[in-house]
Amino acid sequence: MSELRPALVSFLLLTIVTGVVYPLVVTGIGQAVFPSAANGSLIHDGDALIGSRLIGQPFSDPRYFFGRPSATAPQPYNGAASSGSNQGPTNPALAQAIKDRVAALRALDPANQAPVPIDLVTASGSGLDPHISPAAAEYQVARVARVRNRPESEIRALVKQATEGRTLGIFGEPRVNVLLLNLALDGKSAG
Amino acid sequence: MSLLGVMQIAIFAVVLTALVKPLGDFMAKVFQGERTWLTPVLGPVERGIYRLCGIDAGSETSWKRYAIAVLLFNLLGFFAVFVIQLAQGALPLNPQGFAGVEAKSAFNTAVSFASNTNWQGYGGESTMSYFTQMLALTVQNFLSAASGMAVLVALIRGFARRQTQQIGNFYVDMTRSTLYVLLPLSLLLALALVSQGVVQSFSEYRTADLVEPGTIQTTVKDASGDAATKQEQIAQQTIPLGPAASQIAIKQLGTNGGGFFNVNSAHPFENPTPLSNFLEVLAILLIPAALCYTFGRMVRDTRQGWAVYAAMMIIFLPLAFGVFSAEQAGNPRLDTLGVDQASSQMHPGGNMEGKEVRFGIASSALWAAVTTAASNGSVNSMHDSYTPLGGLVPMWLMQLGEVVFGGAGSGLYGMLMFAIVAVFIAGLMVGRTPEYLGKKIEAYEVKMASLVLLLPCVVVLVGTALASAIPEGTSSVANPGAHGFSEMLYAFTSAGNNNGSAFGGLSANTPFYNLALGVAMWISRFWLMIPVLAIAGSLAAKRNVAITAGTLPTHTPLFVAMLIGVVLMVGALTFLPALALGPIVEHLQMIGKG
Repeated sequence: MSELRPALVSFLLLTIVTGVVYPLVVTGIGQAVFPSAANGSLIHDGDALIGSRLIGQPFSDPRYFFGRPSATAPQPYNGAASSGSNQGPTNPALAQAIKDRVAALRALDPANQAPVPIDLVTASGSGLDPHISPAAAEYQVARVARVRNRPESEIRALVKQATEGRTLGIFGEPRVNVLLLNLALDGKSAG
Repeated sequence: MSLLGVMQIAIFAVVLTALVKPLGDFMAKVFQGERTWLTPVLGPVERGIYRLCGIDAGSETSWKRYAIAVLLFNLLGFFAVFVIQLAQGALPLNPQGFAGVEAKSAFNTAVSFASNTNWQGYGGESTMSYFTQMLALTVQNFLSAASGMAVLVALIRGFARRQTQQIGNFYVDMTRSTLYVLLPLSLLLALALVSQGVVQSFSEYRTADLVEPGTIQTTVKDASGDAATKQEQIAQQTIPLGPAASQIAIKQLGTNGGGFFNVNSAHPFENPTPLSNFLEVLAILLIPAALCYTFGRMVRDTRQGWAVYAAMMIIFLPLAFGVFSAEQAGNPRLDTLGVDQASSQMHPGGNMEGKEVRFGIASSALWAAVTTAASNGSVNSMHDSYTPLGGLVPMWLMQLGEVVFGGAGSGLYGMLMFAIVAVFIAGLMVGRTPEYLGKKIEAYEVKMASLVLLLPCVVVLVGTALASAIPEGTSSVANPGAHGFSEMLYAFTSAGNNNGSAFGGLSANTPFYNLALGVAMWISRFWLMIPVLAIAGSLAAKRNVAITAGTLPTHTPLFVAMLIGVVLMVGALTFLPALALGPIVEHLQMIGKG
């Protein structure tokens, strides 16, 4: 029994320290210093909650920029169940899915026969990726401008606003936040 | 490979190396009971714990009592995680009203978190209450890592001491690892992550109105059993929340890897920016790398620690660049489909299936190599969708026995087992009794070290063979052909080396996989700790041998090369046949025209 007491007591005490005190301290400081970030970087439109700047949303209307294909189930961009496709590189279903996505993009903009940037037709890891590459945004500029009947230069300016560069010029990749861009197209700001 | 991508990996290696000495030095002080700048704050907490436990911090034990304490303590952890999961429906902090977890899945998760594997057969945001995430999972993230560090410290004492039975007090080593090392680092990292957008809240999930509501087709069975499609309106999106940052910080630092959310650090709330990504990936290797220096200081020859660090880094870097180059090359099967896979200033290109745009190829590939070199197993991209060679490297890094950095503590004690085998082989070559760090290495040590090296290999290969042979194993496979075999091989490789990452297509939340992988994780963690502690006891009892002209120095490039050779040889010879059936065949199929 002499073995049992230190095991039990240290387990209980360290559970309190690491499982209760520590998360509470992080929550307390996080909520006080970074309230928006700690609560999901939420975007409101008036009183309505319309999304998070970190979580992508599905778009299929050609007047909007499309984000990455999402493999979450049952609906794309399901925030309650993040998931990638987990399709292997030689799985015929992967090539077929990409082929269909390329065809769908071209059908919406037949004049544009340029190769499609790969990130626009491959499913993201999380199924919630809020970003596309600047190339994937540029690929869609002509379509969005035409459908909205606005000059391309205006659309490009909005894309530029929604673009973030590499951190310190080195880390990560340049990227365009699709939800913020589409809100800007509708004349809404992400307040 | 783009220049910026190469720079990201190079900067990572430089920053990591720069942190090895300061943190390693600090940890040596902690383990030797010296005063540090944290003692005024944490000393009273530490002493309070000892008093309530009835431990005298100065009293030490033999290796056997040390081993019993480790096993007992971790068994308690296992039971706590198991019971909390079953009972979560009746416990507080469950705003989503999740029911208790099914027993076999709960067993798997309990072994997984007690053994520092953190394999996940479940989706966090759809299964675990906040109570379970905090009091079961976060706690084990700390305590399993601290247990690994404690066993390492005991082994180091075996080398450093002479003619004694005492190798330390497990509760003291474990408590100090938790309080002075893991807790302060986690607090700093967690707050940095919150600043980047990692959520930390106890609110229930939020519901947002989609900017563009849509419809989806779902298949429903009508009363007569015929399938019919139904249109469903989707106008809202769930925004998950929870105390995530506090768990993610220790998940990275403790080489645990079990994510708060299903897709782990690919989730934008778990890893929102390139900066959070850099900090998280750095945190994976930080402690395993710094422990090399701690080892050197505690055996009073820091060159020994740097030699082991060099061996790890020399194996790691080419493999990291290997993943990067395989992923950047993209998928030749897509070349004719009208897509652009070439990287440019405007987009990452390459194999983007399963990867996030903010990380692109370089940050994803670096993470894949780091997380499998360490026994971390968190992911920021989906390994199942990697190119065959890009997926082979992470698999092989695990199969090397999780000794290239490896787990917090467990990586270095595994590498020291390889060092014992390396001096033994060198001794055979020159016909002298092998020595390491002034201790004669004899039959007993070599036997125990061989056990540590070979047991995981057996677990991986037997487990994979079993899964491939029975329908319970093969029916979980998601991808056809050789890739399906890779999914099973990856699963047992991950569990059998306590990594925890997965080829996620495999449906592992089945009775067969929950039990088989649970057993694999248990064996590879705890059955290896016993021979390691036995060696610690045996070495501590020995006298030191005098260094003579005939002694093989173990801090030289020659020994580093020898150590690397042994690690790679064991890993290559054991696993090449299995790898040939999976990723190598798939690679040939992918580049072939057929």
